[in-house]
Amino acid sequence: MANSTISPALSRSKSFRLTTNQKATLLFLALLGLLLLFWEIGARLKWFSPLMPSASQTLADSWEWISDPFFDYGPNDKGIGWLLLTSLRRVLTGFAIGSAIAIPLGILIGLSKVVSKAVDPFIQILRPVSPLAWLPLGLGLLRNSENTALFVIAITSIWPTLINTRFGVQNVDSAYLDVARTLGASRWRTLTKVILPSAAPYIVSGLRISIGIAWLVIVAAEILVGGSGIGYFVWNEWNNLKITSIITAILVIGLVGLLLDRLFSILQSWVAFGRKV
Amino acid sequence: MTNSISIPASSSGTANMASSVHLSLQNISKVFAGKRDWMSKLQRRTSSDYVALKDINLEIEPNTFVSIIGPSGCGKSTLLNIVAGLSKPTEGAVLIDGMPVTKPGADRGVVFQNYALMPWMSVLENIRFAIETVDPALSKSRQMAIAQEYIELVGLRGAEHKHPHELSGGMKQRVGIARALAINPQILLMDEPFGALDALTRGFLQDEVERIWEQQRKTVILITHSIEEALLLSDKIVMMTRGPAAQIAQILDVPFPRPRHRETLDQHPAYHELKTAMELHLSRETRAVEAARI
Repeated sequence: MANSTISPALSRSKSFRLTTNQKATLLFLALLGLLLLFWEIGARLKWFSPLMPSASQTLADSWEWISDPFFDYGPNDKGIGWLLLTSLRRVLTGFAIGSAIAIPLGILIGLSKVVSKAVDPFIQILRPVSPLAWLPLGLGLLRNSENTALFVIAITSIWPTLINTRFGVQNVDSAYLDVARTLGASRWRTLTKVILPSAAPYIVSGLRISIGIAWLVIVAAEILVGGSGIGYFVWNEWNNLKITSIITAILVIGLVGLLLDRLFSILQSWVAFGRKV
Repeated sequence: MTNSISIPASSSGTANMASSVHLSLQNISKVFAGKRDWMSKLQRRTSSDYVALKDINLEIEPNTFVSIIGPSGCGKSTLLNIVAGLSKPTEGAVLIDGMPVTKPGADRGVVFQNYALMPWMSVLENIRFAIETVDPALSKSRQMAIAQEYIELVGLRGAEHKHPHELSGGMKQRVGIARALAINPQILLMDEPFGALDALTRGFLQDEVERIWEQQRKTVILITHSIEEALLLSDKIVMMTRGPAAQIAQILDVPFPRPRHRETLDQHPAYHELKTAMELHLSRETRAVEAARI
């Protein structure tokens, strides 16, 4: 049989070779182990600042936080689950407000060359401003720390979505528009059935960038306005000199950020229909 | 193969088969204006006017299949866009039964070179979008029935719920043809519809268009690069000169009886003579285009 001469070689090479993913996982675990080992030894031998807890101490404290996320012993002593929910609620509310402004505005701007050019200087100047620069203005205007946090997140969420929406609307394939024209589609029908679905992948990728930045900014905003949330927790634990809590919070913030990004990436694939953005 | 295709009556009640409109292109010229404003002058980016088409006159009898063939860049697509109403002629007019064309309309179905299917719509939705846009008053079930009928006509049964990115190029253009026909236009305009397809698929689709045309006999204008395609499908072949200022060089009558089959087409006494005439014309024009570029 012809096969018999080939298959032994194949099976041998299979048993010795790992796939790229398997190799990467092994390397990841090795790097993680090395990092933890360096951290543990370094902390025990006092290589770092005396404040630096050991890896094992940090893991043990983290486990306490993570195993009981929903306790509530008053305003300054809540489980990490509550803290995250507070921050997430703020981010999602602010993000919703920002997106509700950015998407319709982006569509309007994208539909008219004149408006687009006229509004562009505003966007170009405001876009590079750190969202935190708006915070004092928010406090002054709104006189309320909660609303100021929402205000900052809303402003943060506007720019990437606005710019992407405008781009998506302006760059609809002219072939699609020609189809609509040859069929005699009304402006409204062209907008809802052709332009918006065509721009949807760009809009969602704008939303994805926005939610990422909003999640970055909420921590800083909560440190500044205080009161509650995961950002406030980080600062509060610094005041308590509880470094293990801060490290726990950093990891948890990273995980939630990753989760938000994944969610929008799924949404992106839903509206893409084979297109790449 | 579906043998009994009934063409759905449009809302206005025009019945089956044989649309009978007379299409007339009168002294069509198209000039693309160059840039001469002061900004362009400042940036030294001025360009002169480009005359794409010059004095095109063409009468197309009802229910005729006309191919337009010519060297690349001769303005064939521009001419088709003018008939479609997507582009305005600088001079002259397109008349359909004596009425001038001012904008696109559902009396002209267009098949695009790059298919132009909406990626977010399934095959069925793409076709139904066209039907609903043209006749919003039609009941949804009727729209569905018409869409299904045309899906069947182009042989895509079973692929109704697929999206364009799941289809091959040939299947996409079948959808393109079904969408153009589903609105029951009087004139079908096809802009190099098979240009992006491989030779085998192109052949299948040409046969398919020949078969459908036997059933529907609409007025068709087909832009093509392919001599064989033009000979297989057309009643008349319009050969254009090279651009700029492209004109009609010659109009050939294709006398082959229908239905036509690609296997036996070359047995007709006139086949080789026509083919040679077209090859000569095209190679002469193409060589001149290339010489002009050196």
